[in-house]
Amino acid sequence: MTKLVIKDLKVGVQTDAGMTEILKGVDLTVNSGETHAIMGPNGSGKSTLAYSIAGHPKYTILGGSVTLDGADILEMSVDERARAGLFLAMQYPVEVPGVSVANFLRTAATAIRGEAPKLREWVGEMKSAMSSLNIDPVFGERSVNEGFSGGEKKRHEILQLELLRPKVAILDETDSGLDIDALRIVSEGVNRVRQSSDVGVLLITHYTRILKYIKPDFVHVFAKGRIVEEGGSELAEKLEEKGYADYVNA
Amino acid sequence: MTINSNILERHDFLEPTGREEKWRFTPLKRLGGLHLKATEVRSNTSTVFEGVGQGFAVKVVPADSAPPRSYSDDVIVTRVRESVKECTVVEIDRDFEVKEPIMLSRKNLGSAELSRTMIIAGSHSKSTIIVESFGSAILGEEIEIVLEPGAKLDFISLQEWENDAIHLGRHHAMLGKDSEFNSTTITVGGSLVRLLPSVEYTGPGGSANLLGIYFATSGQHLEHRVFVDHNVGHAKSRVNYKGALAGEDARTVWFGDVYIRKEAEGTDTYEMNRNLLLTDGARADSVPNLEIETGEIVGAGHASTTGRFDEEHLFYLMSRGIAESDARRLVIRGFFAEVINEIPVELIRDRLMKRIDDELVRVGR
Repeated sequence: MTKLVIKDLKVGVQTDAGMTEILKGVDLTVNSGETHAIMGPNGSGKSTLAYSIAGHPKYTILGGSVTLDGADILEMSVDERARAGLFLAMQYPVEVPGVSVANFLRTAATAIRGEAPKLREWVGEMKSAMSSLNIDPVFGERSVNEGFSGGEKKRHEILQLELLRPKVAILDETDSGLDIDALRIVSEGVNRVRQSSDVGVLLITHYTRILKYIKPDFVHVFAKGRIVEEGGSELAEKLEEKGYADYVNA
Repeated sequence: MTINSNILERHDFLEPTGREEKWRFTPLKRLGGLHLKATEVRSNTSTVFEGVGQGFAVKVVPADSAPPRSYSDDVIVTRVRESVKECTVVEIDRDFEVKEPIMLSRKNLGSAELSRTMIIAGSHSKSTIIVESFGSAILGEEIEIVLEPGAKLDFISLQEWENDAIHLGRHHAMLGKDSEFNSTTITVGGSLVRLLPSVEYTGPGGSANLLGIYFATSGQHLEHRVFVDHNVGHAKSRVNYKGALAGEDARTVWFGDVYIRKEAEGTDTYEMNRNLLLTDGARADSVPNLEIETGEIVGAGHASTTGRFDEEHLFYLMSRGIAESDARRLVIRGFFAEVINEIPVELIRDRLMKRIDDELVRVGR
């Protein structure tokens, strides 16, 4: 049983005008096996929440805490957070020239699992994960994210999710830029991980369409740097009808 | 200043003052006096060949019996040509394929030594020649490389000197009709290394692929001045040099002069230089220079970038659990991979990767 606890989290970024507070006190608990959708308009701070939990150096923690099973995440380096069981599927995965996907995945799996996976088993594992995500095997020889289409980048993120088996996965707008087929393939990948493990999922999106494939247990509405409303999946339907106007103008 | 006027500007019998276009990036005080007439120099064939093989010969001959085949206005080359008494000649038999690399080694030379080497790849021969350098030295050298028609030569020069070595050299290839010259220049050691890898063509259809890797750490000055002289038609050249710098006063200079003469119709050329600054306090100069006297060409282009280490790369890899030092190593290996993967000898690829890893450990990155 895993618990990610976010308490009164305040996060800022340094701008020309000084420190600007983006997250203004976020409270959220994700238990293993639960799927939480965080919905909100552009600029509400959803991605800031994702990146600051993962430890991106651009963001400064101004207050509050984030713990994973009691361990202080905010004190950990980026790689320690990942090894503790956090995973962030990024909205804009970074291109790393000259580093092949195969080498990257094996290095990451070795780091997360604490030992190098046995080569034969690993090849099988990778093949089957790639084939269920409709990824061409030659993909392994390409440089990480370099020259990938938007859909390929997202599938590559979910491939990592399947191989790295985190305790808590944060999916930052994984649905953005995907056509309907790619959305289904990616969603099925996420669902496979949900079914076969006890992963807790924090699904960040501003559209409801991905929620048709990945059913959330809880929906949180995010506006102006904090959670302004919470409910079950029925809340998503209400948002679909009415949009975010009520929250943004509140 | 144009390449053409540079060629015409003769410095060969002068001592450089540092104001010349060709010398203004080089700290003359660190040349061990090689550029000064007053410095007493010794003739040394410098490289040693060990081993046997079929289809080629390595000989030391009186310098007079292997006269220079190319024009050079470089001061150091002029001194080399005037001073050396003997010349090492490597000859590959025509039509012969030499399977194993021919290894010329040198280690720990004396002070102010000058050396000349002539490599002749017989027509339609295939071979790989490696010149490796270790230890300490103050060396001025010229290597002339003649590719007879249809010859294919992979040439690798490895500068793995100790950090007090001074090495000034010209590695000049003359490409015969339909010959193929693949060269890799690797410079990771030395206090001051200044190399002139250059190419000219003696017949149409020649193809030159010039690769380079350099890694400068604190206090090293590593300079490469590439010159491709497209002096005949229908020849091809590719230049791709990649360099990394780390530490206070790590310094690299890269010049890429490509000159497409009026008669060089059908030329196809592209040159590229990329530099990666790993720390503050390092400086890379990169000057690509393309001069074209005919419009009747297949293609001509150049690219040059010098950038800092991208922290986003690091974040991405670390967010997958990879420790910072490993992530850095992956990114830097990745930066060099494009060039390293093209090196035709596996042994050298592995050795170079290991050397780069060691350098990274040494600079604490």
